[in-house]
Amino acid sequence: MTGASGEPIIIMRDVHKWFGEFHVLKGINLEVGKSQKVVVCGPSGSGKSTMIRCINRLEEHQRGEIIVDGIELTSDVKNVEAIRREVGMVFQSFNLFPHLTVLENLILAPMWVRRTPRKEAEELAMSLLERVKIPEQAHKYPGQLSGGQQQRVAIARALCMKPKIMLFDEPTSALDPEMVKEVLDVMIELANEGMTMVVVTHEMGFAKSVADFVVFMDDGEIVEVAPPSVFFTSPKSDRTKLFLSQILQH
Amino acid sequence: MAVQERASAAAAVQPPVTERITVLAWLKHNLFSTWYNSLLTILVGYLLYLVLVPVFRWAVLDATVSGDSKEACDFAGACWTLVKVRFGQYVYGLYPEDQRWRVNLALAIAAVAMVPLFLERFRHRLTYAVGLVLVYPLVGYTLFYGGWLGLPVVETPRWGGLFLTLVIAGVGITASFPLGILLALGRRSEMPVIRSLCVAFIELVRGVPLVTILFMASVMLPLFLPAGVNFDKLMRALVGVALFSAAYMAEVVRGGLQAIPKGQYEAAMALGLGYWQMTGLIVLPQALRLVIPGIVNTFIGLFKDTSLVTIIGLFDLLGMAKLIVTDPRWLGLAAESYIFAAFGFWIFCYAMSRYSQHVERRLSAGERR
Repeated sequence: MTGASGEPIIIMRDVHKWFGEFHVLKGINLEVGKSQKVVVCGPSGSGKSTMIRCINRLEEHQRGEIIVDGIELTSDVKNVEAIRREVGMVFQSFNLFPHLTVLENLILAPMWVRRTPRKEAEELAMSLLERVKIPEQAHKYPGQLSGGQQQRVAIARALCMKPKIMLFDEPTSALDPEMVKEVLDVMIELANEGMTMVVVTHEMGFAKSVADFVVFMDDGEIVEVAPPSVFFTSPKSDRTKLFLSQILQH
Repeated sequence: MAVQERASAAAAVQPPVTERITVLAWLKHNLFSTWYNSLLTILVGYLLYLVLVPVFRWAVLDATVSGDSKEACDFAGACWTLVKVRFGQYVYGLYPEDQRWRVNLALAIAAVAMVPLFLERFRHRLTYAVGLVLVYPLVGYTLFYGGWLGLPVVETPRWGGLFLTLVIAGVGITASFPLGILLALGRRSEMPVIRSLCVAFIELVRGVPLVTILFMASVMLPLFLPAGVNFDKLMRALVGVALFSAAYMAEVVRGGLQAIPKGQYEAAMALGLGYWQMTGLIVLPQALRLVIPGIVNTFIGLFKDTSLVTIIGLFDLLGMAKLIVTDPRWLGLAAESYIFAAFGFWIFCYAMSRYSQHVERRLSAGERR
């Protein structure tokens, strides 16, 4: 699990979470090494989104330890902010700031959190927009872009903070099929450049081509963890087999 | 063959059909489209004729403006002579005539100082606005009240008329806006002490009429203060009005805050923004834009609520209108006086309303579809 990359950059030990009475995470143990790509899949309600949202404290875990980049995740605000600076997140519903232009969306965090001067932030933003192949949209508002373009802007926005880890919460689930490819291409490029990525997705093609290992979650537990070559061809658990048979129909 | 036909048919793109709209056609379509619409139009037209024509005749055609005293008025129409002669009092209250230039100067300075706020290309508008809010009160106080720089003192009971209305409304609006925002944020806070205090303040202040707050501030406050310490009457009114309006503003802003999707908060937090950065850069700009109608509504209400200061013996525009009518030389002209006061209020409220529509239009450019 720690793979060839040494000291794990994300450690989750016996993590439990409840929403009121509902036990949503039941003892999660996971280690992600630097530069590893982890794909998390599972039926809806399995807790996959909750699990990755615990990594940057958008959700609070009630029991267990989460250590990100050597910093333990507790209710101490300083720790949380330090971790959030190094962990970027891309959401299913993009969550771009509609009252700012694309460029302003990108430079906001570097300027206000890392205190980067405006000019430098703008240069970084433009270079990232070119990387996601939409530099000409810099002065448009998010509402004027297509879904695929918005998600690519969201990825660029997260990358502007130069994070060590990128979390993706079903990044293509809200996109039209034609636009899924353009976003996945950006993610594959990012993966090939060595970014540590944890991706919750149903795009098994992406998992097969890029993941170091696939995590299958069901009902709040991690049921199976395996590299894609093993996961898709010879899954061990019955629940995994059932899930795969359902999603790989077409 | 068929493909070519379809192609040429598609190529013959036709322009949209436009109808030339004549006045008669418009009338027919909008007012006389069916028999009952026609009937209603005639009925309403008749009612308007019954009401508007006499009013117009009274207010404009048969009205008198010339002359110096009531005798000059012929009572077929309105006697606007009253307004003309006493105009100074409507605007300045009982402010000494020879010092009125100070009021004019202060208001002119305010008008000029506000110009940069309307220039769209001026980048630092927020900082400038904050600076203006902090500095102008000193300027205003010096000019209105006097006492130094060689200016004679003009006590606050002499301030009145439109000038007093503007002072109270201006201070009320400027103070209640940031205070209301803070209260709204506090009410949504996760810290129980702050939340309880904000809720208690809002519910308490909203639950009592402004009149009672002004009355209590003016009558009861001196009872609690040690002997000799006396707050200026106007100051008490200003505090009362500002706090009252802040409670209403808080609820309006809270409505806007609630409407912001959780995803916006999450995206801001995921980027590492702190609470105040997130609130100031992401949440408030969107929330305030949403509730501009509610905010302007509160401001307009506040502008008119300033009339309640008559309860503590101050004479704003409406108070002056009432006072002027009690002058025996102008007996029987209550209608003219109040109508003029109403007109004064209407001008300012309508200006605020129009400006808010302009702001809304400007801010929706490029917003979410």
